[in-house]
Amino acid sequence: MEKFGFTISKGRQIDYESNNRRIAEYIFENEPSFRLCFECGGCSATCTTANFTGFSLRELNILIKRGENDQVRSTLKKCMLCGKCTLVCPRGVNTRNIVVLAKQAFQKSDEYEI
Amino acid sequence: MSKHVIVIGGGVAGLEVAGQLSKVGIEVSLIEKESKTGGHLNNWYKLFPDRRNSSEVKEYLNGITANNGINLMTDTTIEKFNRSRSCFSITTNGGKELIADAIVVATGFDLFKSARKEEYGYGIYDNVITSADLEEMFRKGEIVLTDGSVPESIGIIHCVGSRDEKVGNYYCSKLCCVTAVKQAIELREHLPESKVFCYYMDMRMGGAFYEELYREAQEKWGVNFIRGKVSEASETIEKKLMVKVEDTLAGRPLKMNLDMLVLMAGMEMSAGGEKVAGMSGLKTGENRFFAAADNHFGSNKSNIEGIFYAGTCTAPMNITETISHARAAFTEVMEWLRNGKR
Amino acid sequence: MKFDPFIIPFNIGLYFILIYVVSRSVIWFRDLSRPDKLRLQRGFFGIAFGLSLKEIFMESLIHRKIFKTNIRLGYMHMSLAFGWFLLILFGTIEADIFSAKHLNAPYKAIFFRFFNPDHGRMGFEAAYGFLMDLILAFILSGLLVAVLKRFYSKIVGMKKTTRLKMSDRIALTSLWLIFPSRLLAESFTCGAYGTGSFLTGSLGAWFATFLPAQQMAYPFWWLYSISLGTFFVLLPITRYMHIPTELFLIFMRNSGIKTGDKTGTYSEVQTYSCSSCGICIDACQLNFSAGITNIQSAYLMKAIRNNDDVSEIADNCLMCGRCDQKCPVGIELSPIRMIQRRAGEAENDFRNIYKGYFRSRQPIISEKAIGSSNYSFLHETDPEKADILYFAGCMTHLTPTIKNSMIKILDASGVKYNFIDEQGGVCCGRPLMLAGQDKEARELINYNSQMIWKSGAHTLITSCPICYKVFKESYYLDVEVLHHTQFIKMLIDEGSVKLNFLRNKVVYHSPCDLGRGSGVYDEPKEVLNHVSRLQKSNFEDGNSLCCGGSLANMKISSQKKKKIALEAAIELTKDNPDILATACPLCKKTFSAVTETRVADISEIVAEALIEKPVKKNNISNVKSIRELANI
Repeated sequence: MEKFGFTISKGRQIDYESNNRRIAEYIFENEPSFRLCFECGGCSATCTTANFTGFSLRELNILIKRGENDQVRSTLKKCMLCGKCTLVCPRGVNTRNIVVLAKQAFQKSDEYEI
Repeated sequence: MSKHVIVIGGGVAGLEVAGQLSKVGIEVSLIEKESKTGGHLNNWYKLFPDRRNSSEVKEYLNGITANNGINLMTDTTIEKFNRSRSCFSITTNGGKELIADAIVVATGFDLFKSARKEEYGYGIYDNVITSADLEEMFRKGEIVLTDGSVPESIGIIHCVGSRDEKVGNYYCSKLCCVTAVKQAIELREHLPESKVFCYYMDMRMGGAFYEELYREAQEKWGVNFIRGKVSEASETIEKKLMVKVEDTLAGRPLKMNLDMLVLMAGMEMSAGGEKVAGMSGLKTGENRFFAAADNHFGSNKSNIEGIFYAGTCTAPMNITETISHARAAFTEVMEWLRNGKR
Repeated sequence: MKFDPFIIPFNIGLYFILIYVVSRSVIWFRDLSRPDKLRLQRGFFGIAFGLSLKEIFMESLIHRKIFKTNIRLGYMHMSLAFGWFLLILFGTIEADIFSAKHLNAPYKAIFFRFFNPDHGRMGFEAAYGFLMDLILAFILSGLLVAVLKRFYSKIVGMKKTTRLKMSDRIALTSLWLIFPSRLLAESFTCGAYGTGSFLTGSLGAWFATFLPAQQMAYPFWWLYSISLGTFFVLLPITRYMHIPTELFLIFMRNSGIKTGDKTGTYSEVQTYSCSSCGICIDACQLNFSAGITNIQSAYLMKAIRNNDDVSEIADNCLMCGRCDQKCPVGIELSPIRMIQRRAGEAENDFRNIYKGYFRSRQPIISEKAIGSSNYSFLHETDPEKADILYFAGCMTHLTPTIKNSMIKILDASGVKYNFIDEQGGVCCGRPLMLAGQDKEARELINYNSQMIWKSGAHTLITSCPICYKVFKESYYLDVEVLHHTQFIKMLIDEGSVKLNFLRNKVVYHSPCDLGRGSGVYDEPKEVLNHVSRLQKSNFEDGNSLCCGGSLANMKISSQKKKKIALEAAIELTKDNPDILATACPLCKKTFSAVTETRVADISEIVAEALIEKPVKKNNISNVKSIRELANI
């Protein structure tokens, strides 16, 4: 049976209200510069890891902020913490700390601490 | 008794305000550090958004400053600054002392020194140039690489020295986007075979007819726009310039080999302005430009009565805005000379 | 008189601390690793023993290193430590000579005057009394400085003095009371009996003119005993535990024991050896440039001792190593901090005082395992064979001038090399290590090691001191690792490159990981001396400043980093050099943002000074013939 009319497949849509943004809040609290990102992609352009595999810190940032955490967790592990992104960021975002805090936040959320 | 006003800086703003003041019979001394007036206008070939020749604006400015006996002092810098009550005295590098009833600061801007963004390779790689260098090429009518060949692919990097915490400039220079679009069109015009890519973070086309120019660049000239900040450029063995950028809209990193890279240098407080600020006690803001007494209704006034600002010494402005600002400064000066000065 | 109840507090304290220290040292010894046990045993019967005794005398008693930092602070520490030592030593001898019996109980010596009030009227006895008074006066003068330091720390040239917890305060008060109460107790006794020397005698005689000296003496003897007892009992849970612990530290260090990468006896002994003198606080740029005043090493040591959550303190540090250099006790502060970074959070936060005594190791849940890493996307590569590898490092790709200069120099030297991370490499692993993530770092180290090994190279040159340090220390490779400054020095010495003298005035900033971190101080300066006029700064070698850009601190804001960079740049460019030279891409980037002076890596300056026309990179196949030419 064919469906007509306008629908967005559920998997694509960001369900802002029901998404869990505790990870983002944990990072905001501990690294306020997380708020400063304006999604220029400088970090991902210079990224050592991105040279080898799919990894965009910019994308992870925005996904965390929207509460789309699922793919973030597995991707975060790929970061080498080399710090090039921090040197490039035009907004002075403390990018390395965001990676570390995000990992921490996931662990804490597993342990029901946040 | 005739009043005397010193205008510091002989660029667009300085010429405009000097011209307006002299027209109504005020004695004006115009101090310019270079050997000729015109400021950055001298280095620009065509102007956005309509791509008229910059010489037309210069002609206008020369016209209003020609006949009313402006005391034009080129190759002149200020070495000493004094204020007694509401009179000002300025000693020039020639040792000449000028006494004035008011001062207009029109020290303008400096282009961001692109070598400070080392990762873009200005001064390191041969074919990395700035927007100003490209204007010079347009003027000569010859757009070539250092080896004399014609570039086939050209990248334009927006926001070099603007919106960048790393160089201490938080602000947007607001004219580089439209300059990039203008230059992209001109490149395509000069080199119909070339491909032009603009790497932008945001397209800020806020001025009159800017958006239309952007549209024209896409529609008529096929300029490519890639949303992402270039993190670094490097030179390949074939002397190509490889830029690394994330195509943030595609969500993928993008590598590209270019023949030429043009850096859209932003606007900074001029070195001359900084010198004046240091001598006079005029306040500067966090962006290092002169701080206006009030952002809404006192943008020409300074923290010192009798000293006024005109043009880009207070913030990035285009020529239209600069001329308007200079005229507003003229009004403020007149008001001061008539009623404010004790 | 043989006994008086007032000695009981002292005796309790003394025997308590003796038993405590003995049992503690047994535990410490038991917890040593087998090799370290052997080292200690060998050290105890070898030359290390003599060295240790000398060091204990020079550092624990005389406090030579503190003297070097600051004379008044040194005097304060010396008068208290050495003075007290002399007082005990000569007091024991006094009791031994002048008592009926030999080998008296300690209290007989400590309270000698009480039990022998008539002693010391003339001759040798009086002369000895004079000596004892002199020592007491010596201690009291130091105590006066200590009291003043607490209230006006500038007196001893210190900007900050450590903050204290309650048990420290009580211990400090009892320590302060010990010597004045002894003075008063002895003075009153002497006043009553007409004995005593210039200090106790005169003071006692004067007191006796208007006070009932006989009655006054007794309470002060009690006070003296109680102060001593309290001080001894509190010792293990206060910073004063450093007094006995430092002796162990010196023995262990001289026996060749190292801190290692986990909490163990040695790290614990070092932690307890910190006297909180505060010299590290003054040395710390986070303190004097960024105004962060609660994370310095003295506070870290205290937090570890108190079992507080140290992660906030441990992580907020540039790891520049300035405090390691300045620590008068020679505690390996940075390695201890690294241990804390590796460790997870402390599980049970017991701040209970009495547990402080019986706490052994800091409880660690596990290694910091925040999600296992996954670098499986890195695939093995087959690098070109080469004798010499050039690894620019991540940061160097953001400073292309350094990279290009190195290519120019390498080409000019005629060596055959392979630029292994020309297209971008894998991170060296040190940034992960600095974040305490050793396991993840190991994966990258293994990847890079394999690549280096496969290339068959015998030398690895890097431009980045961060890489250099980790290649040197944590890679197990059979290659010589050189920082590019060392390589350039070698080329100059061999005559492989010819350089102009540039006449620039240059000041050198020693990068933390290259200088303090790896001990490479001289080669960079020798290279600079060869091509330019090298100026001296106030911050040379071990005393170099940090540029503030360090990857080690992820907690500091970019504004504060900039402030550190700015103040360091101002200091370094005081004599208006033409170039602020460094040997690190990160230092270069950090300084470039804050100073008008030209900032350049040494490689850039050398590349500018090159006489031979550099060989173009794409002519690399001609290298062999060039090499032959060079040999002619």
